[in-house]
Amino acid sequence: MEIFQIVGLALVATIFSVLLRNDKPELAIQIGIVTGAAIFLLMIFKISAVVTLLQEIAKKVNLDTVYLTTVLKIIGIAYITTFGAEVCRDAGESAIAAKVEFAGKIMIMVLTVPILMAVLDIMLGIIP
Amino acid sequence: MRMDVDMIFKIAAVGILVSVLNQVLIRSGREEQAMMTTLTGLVIVLFMVIQLIDKLFTTVKTLFQLY
Repeated sequence: MEIFQIVGLALVATIFSVLLRNDKPELAIQIGIVTGAAIFLLMIFKISAVVTLLQEIAKKVNLDTVYLTTVLKIIGIAYITTFGAEVCRDAGESAIAAKVEFAGKIMIMVLTVPILMAVLDIMLGIIP
Repeated sequence: MRMDVDMIFKIAAVGILVSVLNQVLIRSGREEQAMMTTLTGLVIVLFMVIQLIDKLFTTVKTLFQLY
């Protein structure tokens, strides 16, 4: 089972991080970043399988590809934003983390505008 | 994928080495060289981490079609 590998990796990385935290906090933060990236890259094949599955389902029900692409983009932005914000927060910089999250929210809002406009168009079409 | 996991151990090794060197150099009264050792360790680790972050960002970009 791959989950045992990942939990073991996380435990070892946490121990190293705690070991370095007193003496070299900057290196402890970098261990956190690398662990996050490594775990994501270990999961990449499964994530891409899930994305392919979603695309196939969308093709089957004749969903417009724009909508699925937008959803995927939002997931990607949310993931990267959380990753960056958590690293900042781990280092004790909650203010920078809050700004990163703010930027992510704005980006997501901009991406959702076309879908919102489509919904508005449909509603205006229904109302005579 | 193996290399990404190895990087955690590399960073931990660099960190332990640098902190030991730091203490030895400070004990022998060479504060400037201790500072230089800390800086060098940090730069080495930063170079490795930047490559990994680039890899992560490229992967997320291609996976979620964020261009």
